[in-house]
Amino acid sequence: MAEFTLPANSIVKKGKQFEAPTGATNTKRFKVYRYDPDDGQNPRVDVYDVDLDSCGPMVLDALIKIKNEVDSTLTFRRSCREGICGSCSMNIDGMNTLACIKAIADCKGDVEIYPLPHMGVVKDLVPDLTNFYAQYASVQPWMQTDTPPPPDRERLQSKADRERLEGLEECILCACCSTSCPSYWWNSDRYLGPAALLAAYRWISDSRDEATGERLDELEDPFKLYRCHTIMNCTNACPKNLNPAKAIAEIKKLIIQRKT
Amino acid sequence: MSLRTPLSNVKGLGSAKEGAHHWWMQRLTSIALLPLTLWLAFSVASFGSMSYLSVVAWMQSPLVAVAAALLVVVLLYHLQLGAQVIIEDYVGGWLRITSLIMLNFACIALAFLGLFSIIKVSLAL
Repeated sequence: MAEFTLPANSIVKKGKQFEAPTGATNTKRFKVYRYDPDDGQNPRVDVYDVDLDSCGPMVLDALIKIKNEVDSTLTFRRSCREGICGSCSMNIDGMNTLACIKAIADCKGDVEIYPLPHMGVVKDLVPDLTNFYAQYASVQPWMQTDTPPPPDRERLQSKADRERLEGLEECILCACCSTSCPSYWWNSDRYLGPAALLAAYRWISDSRDEATGERLDELEDPFKLYRCHTIMNCTNACPKNLNPAKAIAEIKKLIIQRKT
Repeated sequence: MSLRTPLSNVKGLGSAKEGAHHWWMQRLTSIALLPLTLWLAFSVASFGSMSYLSVVAWMQSPLVAVAAALLVVVLLYHLQLGAQVIIEDYVGGWLRITSLIMLNFACIALAFLGLFSIIKVSLAL
């Protein structure tokens, strides 16, 4: 059942304020969601004034600076700091994106940072992605064939067939798309979500894969696939500029195609 | 606490292997409703100060009666398909199945009511 209001213990309270060091002239205010499952308190929003003159250009740089110099209890995922690992996905200024490729200069006013929406929160900016990863696993994102591979070479694919994977294989599973989708918010227990469906379409599109029919069979379901109502938040959110909404539409087209 | 694996939860009861028909019918009824609703809107607008009897006479033309019957059936089919999606989106548990049953009964009853009324007027029963 869709829930439209926060339960009492999830209502976000006002948190602590951390001033910029004296003498800082170029400061920016960061409002960061904080939640610790162990202290029994409600989530809160802490305010950090960061000196931009001694900070890197991206939102992730500011978070790392806060953690190193101001408040070591701030918890977030990060790894590559260049938009390829998908770890630092979070909600910045109301949009799901990667903190490492979101420029502070692109944020007007105070920078509000929350974890990905409508997911369980492990701590602070770390969402629980267990279900999201299981959905990815459920579309069996690997090559399936009946024909054994040639003994003397790899499976061949024409350049044109390889081109068809462009815009599909670049997904880094950051979950920005799925967690921006209202349909996923209400029904993520049964709707696979844009990320998993994009991955499914990536394998449906692969000329070397021999399980296209079985993949379409598995997806044809009122909830797994057809909860997508073409809201397009996924495509809007994707920090890699991919188009999961189009991939889902293509899956729907293929299912109609094999019936007509 | 459930000890089921996350993958077991996601797989759930498996694929229903349907949904395409529902999705396709939603599209077809939308396309069909475009001319039908425009036709109704323009017809009603052109009634002007026509008398009751002349509207009844208009309804008795076979083309008009058939178009009106099509509109009633397609509109209620479309309503049923769309409202079902909304219920599945937002309503859970026993309320979901209850609302779906009510929705189907209501749409079918309204469709028959509309069809009967059209027949009654057009055949001047």
